[in-house]
Amino acid sequence: MKTCGATPGGPDLAGVDLSKQAVIQGVVLLDGNSDSVPNGRPATTGYVRLLDNNGEFVAEVPLNEHGQFRFFAAPGKWTVRALVPGAQAQVEASAAYGQAVELTISL
Amino acid sequence: MSRAQALVTADWLEEHIDDPNVAIIEVDEDTTLYEKSHIKNAITFHWRNDLQDGLIRDLISKQKFEALLSKNGIANDTTVVLYGGNNNWFATYAYWYFKIYGHGDVRLLDGGRKKWELEGRALTTDIPSVSPTRYVAKERDLSIRAFRDEVISSIGAKNIVDVRSPAEYKGELLAPAHLPQEGGQVAGHIPTAKNIPWSQAANEDGSFKSDAELAELYKKAGVDFSKETIAYCRIGERSAFSWFVLHELLNLKNVKNYDGSWTEYGSLVGAPIEVGA
Repeated sequence: MKTCGATPGGPDLAGVDLSKQAVIQGVVLLDGNSDSVPNGRPATTGYVRLLDNNGEFVAEVPLNEHGQFRFFAAPGKWTVRALVPGAQAQVEASAAYGQAVELTISL
Repeated sequence: MSRAQALVTADWLEEHIDDPNVAIIEVDEDTTLYEKSHIKNAITFHWRNDLQDGLIRDLISKQKFEALLSKNGIANDTTVVLYGGNNNWFATYAYWYFKIYGHGDVRLLDGGRKKWELEGRALTTDIPSVSPTRYVAKERDLSIRAFRDEVISSIGAKNIVDVRSPAEYKGELLAPAHLPQEGGQVAGHIPTAKNIPWSQAANEDGSFKSDAELAELYKKAGVDFSKETIAYCRIGERSAFSWFVLHELLNLKNVKNYDGSWTEYGSLVGAPIEVGA
């Protein structure tokens, strides 16, 4: 996948005890040339919401300077929804202890 | 109180952004966003460093609150406009805090930082200069603050509203999902509490739903508007958001924020707790 210098996936997991945390993280990339391929620059202004399997809001974080986000969820199915000025998109994710789910959300 | 008195729109704030009698304050639990950019002429308060005592778990003293406002150029007749990230959680906490200490004219930017950013409105990195004042606070107004003993005696008697996410209410999570799930306290909720997540009172852009939608939300969930109400969450900031909805927007009397919230209640020896939906 071409990412034009963006770091694939979410923030560095150093210091996170994955045996006790069900992490969902990733990066939001703008569609640089409108071809539905996430090859644009990271979206540095925007928010990512975590919704449970009933669509209920659980958490929200702002994107960092690299377009990244992280949630400490519980094991199970979740919806991850990105909001940036003028665009939004969502993906589904299954979280579990012992692993970090890495997402790339393209807009 | 009403929506017109308690809330300002982004358009209103843009019109008053250079008004010397308006103080704009960004409030959050992490002020790195402020350092990245903020609304013109905004100063920042850090939820913990500026607004928590630091030694005991409590609000800062009246004297420290006066010193904080004085050094930041806020006078007793200043119109204070609060906003922040996290859907205004910490900004509404600060609003409640300003009310505790009796500030006359305090308002909240509807939608906070998120709506402002998503609408592409201007942000700056310039830090405004302020002229110190001599702010005089009132004694704490405890009619809007609940403590643990009142909460326990309110079980089955008053409305208790748990504004956390359903997963926290059910006892599946101990904290919002963007924070580590740490802490030794047990999980669950206060018996008889209705779970009405703060988020159900807000639109996706962080602005408040209409008064009619808000009244319907709480009534449908079983809140009896003729009774007193206590709102709680984990550390008292999301419940300040729901306190704002009930007390300031819907103008209900006898609504209190239990700022000890689950981090206190879920650690009390012998306090009754329920889990599950």
